[in-house]
Amino acid sequence: MSTDTASAAKGIRTARGAADRPARTPEERRAARREGWARRGPLLPALIFTIIVTQIPFLMTIWYSLRSWNLLRPDGQTFVWFQNFVDIFMDSTFRSAALNSILITVGCVFAALILGTLFAILLDREFLGRGVVRTLLITPFLIMPAATSMLWSVSLLNPSFGLLNWVIGLFGVAPIDFTSQLPLFSVIMALVWQWTPFMMLLILAGLQAQPKDVLEAAALDGAGWGKTFLFVTLPQLRRYMELAVLLGAIYVVNTFDQIYLMTAGGPGTASANLPFYIYQRAFLGFDIGQAAAMGVVTVIATIIIATFALRLIFRSFDAKD
Amino acid sequence: MSTTLTAETAPERGGAAGAAPVRRRRTGSAGPRLLTVLTWLLALVFFAPVAWMVATSFKQENAAASTPPTFFFEPTWDQYAAVLAQNAGPYFLNSLIATGVSTVLVIALSVPAAYALSIRPVQRTSDVLFFFISTKMLPVVAVIMPIYVISGRLHVLDNVWTLVVLYTSMNLPIAVWMMRSFFQEVPGEVLEAAQMDGAGLMKTLRSVLIPMVTPGIAATALICVIFAWNEFFFALNLTAAKAATVPVFLMGTMTSEGLFLAKLSAASVLASLPVVLAGWAAQKQLVRGLSMGAVK
Repeated sequence: MSTDTASAAKGIRTARGAADRPARTPEERRAARREGWARRGPLLPALIFTIIVTQIPFLMTIWYSLRSWNLLRPDGQTFVWFQNFVDIFMDSTFRSAALNSILITVGCVFAALILGTLFAILLDREFLGRGVVRTLLITPFLIMPAATSMLWSVSLLNPSFGLLNWVIGLFGVAPIDFTSQLPLFSVIMALVWQWTPFMMLLILAGLQAQPKDVLEAAALDGAGWGKTFLFVTLPQLRRYMELAVLLGAIYVVNTFDQIYLMTAGGPGTASANLPFYIYQRAFLGFDIGQAAAMGVVTVIATIIIATFALRLIFRSFDAKD
Repeated sequence: MSTTLTAETAPERGGAAGAAPVRRRRTGSAGPRLLTVLTWLLALVFFAPVAWMVATSFKQENAAASTPPTFFFEPTWDQYAAVLAQNAGPYFLNSLIATGVSTVLVIALSVPAAYALSIRPVQRTSDVLFFFISTKMLPVVAVIMPIYVISGRLHVLDNVWTLVVLYTSMNLPIAVWMMRSFFQEVPGEVLEAAQMDGAGLMKTLRSVLIPMVTPGIAATALICVIFAWNEFFFALNLTAAKAATVPVFLMGTMTSEGLFLAKLSAASVLASLPVVLAGWAAQKQLVRGLSMGAVK
């Protein structure tokens, strides 16, 4: 018992081997099984709940994706194998929505990461009003996205009375109708604003977790701020940055509020991402089969990309121990 | 909500004292002071949209949508009165139930699960962790049709408890990940000591582990509260008159009556206030929580 808690503290792998190896008496085996259930037991409620609530609907989505099912057509449902998948890959709007999804996610995550890192570095020092500044910087993450979406589109980006247009007007730039002329840019701008605090918090956590003796040693060795940051701080921050990118991407790739409320995917379908386009096909086009097929493709693509990303992160986790 | 607010009373971050000598060296001369001014400027620019929203909420409609923008005006509570007159209560109640109950459920489910995944690991831990996070990669739009159909069959459309279940499943994976990292942080020796003193599993959990990860639970709960309170997509598609939450109310403020910018701003301030206050109160916990756990 005490050995397995000790090894548990070190990591998973060591504990795995110890539990169930060589030939044992039935009694020992029963004890081992009981022990196994005692270990697994606390996990089961969460696991079972998650499987039921997420996997049953997803299996149904796969089933729907193989059927022709348009609520507008009276002939009902038929089984069409992979026709929906063929159709969506021929659909240029689907391809542009996929591209928009990538642009929005990559653009937002990296811009927010850079800005968040900058803010975190500025906050990681003692100065007058540090707490207030941090409070100001965290706030966009706390405000309801539905609220900020509408306020960005009408209050800040409006071509005639928007605040941003007034600001750029001070520099002699003619007013821009952001949400219709630069729809993707507008959406990304609002998203970067919302997600920068999240990145900042994670990077700040990383900065504050730095061992202070290492920093002092670097200072004693006469390393300047730049050198210390590049060779001491940045490598240590890497894992925090990777995690920030992964978590940020998971949420940003699902962006719906901003697109629905700022541009409605428009003009036309210029700013539709996959979640919005799928929603449109399902709830406005009533084409359940095709919407489901798009959902399945999205899931497969994100899981493939995320598997690689997670491997990368898990590797950097292991490297530490 | 109470979980996040109590977090305020937790002790301050320990590391700051040790870091003081290094930091003090950089303050005092002109460079750092300039950096402080720059930091303040950046923060104010970044915060400007929020300030503008709050300012707009105290204007009359014609001042809210004027060219050029109005900076000086006589503040009025009219817009708040107008929003409250619209019977916002039920929406807030629904949001409160959906957020509060789902957060409690998430914590109740994720703490034991994270415990199993860290202190007493089951086999294939990383597979289980990957499974949890992979459900977050499932775009919610990909499952909304089946959820709609199932909810219809079970007669739970436009029911706030449906949102409770969905918000629980939405936040559970992240909570399991976060809580696991907090448990990983607990030194093995502490547990051994508890065992030598003859403490059983429940006793160890209650008197040793839970107190040690309380900041983690607070941070996790806060994250869940933020995402649940702000959730829009499920609420938009699965609720109508009875179970609609605050984001849906907010959208109704805009679309049903055209553009009333000042009123929309007032509604937005009211809608965001609970989470903003909770987040402000528990922000130390949030940073500390992430630094303790997130990547360990």
